Amino acid sequence: MAAHQHYYVPAQSKWPIIATLGMLITVFGLGTWFNDMKAGHEDSHGPLIFFVGALCLAYMLFGWFGAVIKESRAGLYSPQLDRSFRWGMSWFIFSEVMFFVAFFGALFYVRHLAGPALGGEGAKGVAHMLWPNFQFAWPLLHTPDPKLFPPPSDVIDPWHLPLINTILLVSSSVTITIAHHALRKDHRGALKFWLALTIVLGLAFLILQAYEYHEAYTELGLTLHSGIYGATFFMLTGFHGAHVTMGTIILFVMLMRILRGHFSADKHFGFEAASWYWHFVDVVWVGLFIFVYVL
Amino acid sequence: MSTVIDDHGHAAHDHAHGPAKGLMRWVLTTNHKDIGTMYLWFAFAMFLLGGSFAMVIRAELFQPGLQIVKPAFFNQMTTMHGLIMVFGAVMPAFVGLANWMIPLMIGAPDMALPRMNNFSFWLLPAAFLLLVSTLFSPGGGPNFGWTFYAPLSTTYAPASVTFFIFAIHLMGISSIMGAINVIATILNLRAPGMTLMKMPLFVWTWLITAFLLIAVMPVLAGVVTMMLMDIHFGTSFFSAAGGGDPVLFQHVFWFFGHPEVYIMILPAFGAVSSIIPAFSRKPLFGYTSMVYATGAIAFLSFIVWAHHMFVVGIPVVGELFFMYATMLIAVPTGVKVFNWVSTMWEGSLTFETPMLFAIAFVILFTIGGFSGLMLAIAPADFQYHDTYFVVAHFHYVLVPGAIFGIFASAYYWLPKWTGHMYDETLGKLHFWLSFIGMNMAFFPMHFVGLAGMPRRVPDYNLQFADFNMVSSIGAFTFGVTQIFFLFIVIKCIRGGKPAPAKPWDGAEGLEWSVPSPAPYHTFQTPPEVK
Repeated sequence: MAAHQHYYVPAQSKWPIIATLGMLITVFGLGTWFNDMKAGHEDSHGPLIFFVGALCLAYMLFGWFGAVIKESRAGLYSPQLDRSFRWGMSWFIFSEVMFFVAFFGALFYVRHLAGPALGGEGAKGVAHMLWPNFQFAWPLLHTPDPKLFPPPSDVIDPWHLPLINTILLVSSSVTITIAHHALRKDHRGALKFWLALTIVLGLAFLILQAYEYHEAYTELGLTLHSGIYGATFFMLTGFHGAHVTMGTIILFVMLMRILRGHFSADKHFGFEAASWYWHFVDVVWVGLFIFVYVL
Repeated sequence: MSTVIDDHGHAAHDHAHGPAKGLMRWVLTTNHKDIGTMYLWFAFAMFLLGGSFAMVIRAELFQPGLQIVKPAFFNQMTTMHGLIMVFGAVMPAFVGLANWMIPLMIGAPDMALPRMNNFSFWLLPAAFLLLVSTLFSPGGGPNFGWTFYAPLSTTYAPASVTFFIFAIHLMGISSIMGAINVIATILNLRAPGMTLMKMPLFVWTWLITAFLLIAVMPVLAGVVTMMLMDIHFGTSFFSAAGGGDPVLFQHVFWFFGHPEVYIMILPAFGAVSSIIPAFSRKPLFGYTSMVYATGAIAFLSFIVWAHHMFVVGIPVVGELFFMYATMLIAVPTGVKVFNWVSTMWEGSLTFETPMLFAIAFVILFTIGGFSGLMLAIAPADFQYHDTYFVVAHFHYVLVPGAIFGIFASAYYWLPKWTGHMYDETLGKLHFWLSFIGMNMAFFPMHFVGLAGMPRRVPDYNLQFADFNMVSSIGAFTFGVTQIFFLFIVIKCIRGGKPAPAKPWDGAEGLEWSVPSPAPYHTFQTPPEVK
């Protein structure tokens, strides 16, 4: 069968082992840093080790993706290999979905099972004996032990910044789709415009999110430390924000490649994968907006 | 014909390459056979390391009283034994088998994403370097059991827990990338004519295992991330004082943990489904039902997690739901066991080493399954929970289940890998010593468990002394026997009767259509499957 011919099996590569060492150094640095922080050591080597590891990883990402781009542009990749990439990217996004599922699951569990039990609901209400005066309500403006976990004075109003952010991200999903259609019709000018607009929308989202965090910390007392509301709020929105940052960087790389004339109307999986990823972070945001901010 | 180019990207060769020379061959390789070999050796090294920790445990438990190690170190041994065996031995061994055999079984030139394949492997030595090195850190290594329940693993954990968390992250990344590679290979690189329902069951079970891995390893990453935040950044996921819940840890952990146990057994099901027909000289009985049973087991594995938590205080409705859902798993598993038995029925059986391990697998795994059914009964589990009965149960599914499945596979495919037949007499001796040692080690644990001996203790009541001594002698026998297995494998690599392309006359499958040892590159032109 023709599709099976010329499946590209790369020869030896140095990138995986550089990636491994980079990751090992990075996490070793982080672990040292965190442990020294907790033990109160001022002169930790952790940040330096982490920085070296992160540099290795950055070098690896440039090199590895650079090699793939070079091979792709040299025409070594068959349609069959393209399908391998598609399966790879789809399942990678599925794994990301499952990562968020863990945190959404924690949120639902706390809101609907653990929290009410702590407030005295249920057949036995044993947990209620620990803090008899604790009343459970969501958002959690009173923690069981306010000395250990000082609760926030209020939570973020969904109908201001979060609503604007929702509009920004949903629009960015539309603009990247318009960019994709432009690429398929080979309208390079429109492609550049709509992709650049998508990146601007992503950046605007990130700036507003940073502003919101600042407000939460300085004015509302809503922090990682302010009980389970703050914990779930910051972990869910924080990991989402990290993904938007990553997505924006990916889209920026795509823009640079397009400015250099990469991609054609019928061969542009790199761009497509980036747009899949962008849609994924958008969908996660819609879930966050509904379940973290509104409900 | 597949195109192989070198690193400089200039020359495209149409002929097959041999392996590169020297040590860097293994560091830089993109060849599925090299990577499979590295996975298998790494898994075996971890098997011996995790096994030596088990020897420490059994030596301490040889007699009642504290004799050899301090309780704090004993806890580190139980923790590390579990973590290393699960993440370092069983899972990498199956990934190694997948790397070697899936491309050969479906007629693919290599794995779909060969460089990522190398990355998946090398992350494992890095992760275990990080994990095992914590044993030498001040305050000691992880001591909270392989299930690392909060708050033992958060509030009361040694400082090394931070590195444990990052080691788990690296293992998770490795597993997810490995699983993505397996799925892409199976879905995209099958030879023409190799339809899904013609695939060997090993390929099917790995396809489903890979799905389970991608679905639950991120959840494990999530739970260790919550731990990291609780320990270092003041969140209260597992602290009721902030509105969180220690039980939340158990829910998230076991949502990963239960599919994980099927990740460790499904590939063994697949391998045994090739081996039993080969030595029965009959096609597998009920192929289609095997495929659907595997799918059913995978589905059920997502809705049974709280059967690990019957005594933690969940609502009665929850206990009933998880009890019945768990019992349902016996149905597809029973389908499999009956299919294996029916395959042997009226076959021309011979009992070479792979077949011995496979038959022991069917019988002993079934015993482990039955004790699992006992544990699934919520009111009975109130008695059995956290006793040695649980230890007996999961060692019966993991040792004669997963590990015997791996041994059976190793003996079955060693001629294909090395080009030599292994020494049959020594192989049989390895089997019988393993079989006796393993049963001696784990069968008495049922009795001491039912009589009330708790797990994870360095000392115990005098009444359990005799059975524990028997267990320890069995464990030492089993442990020493595995060094003997190392000898058998090295002997087979270095020489022995040359193996024909198909050394087992009843064997089926594309892997037997290539010479033994399998050439460095195979199926560069895909075979036509009728």
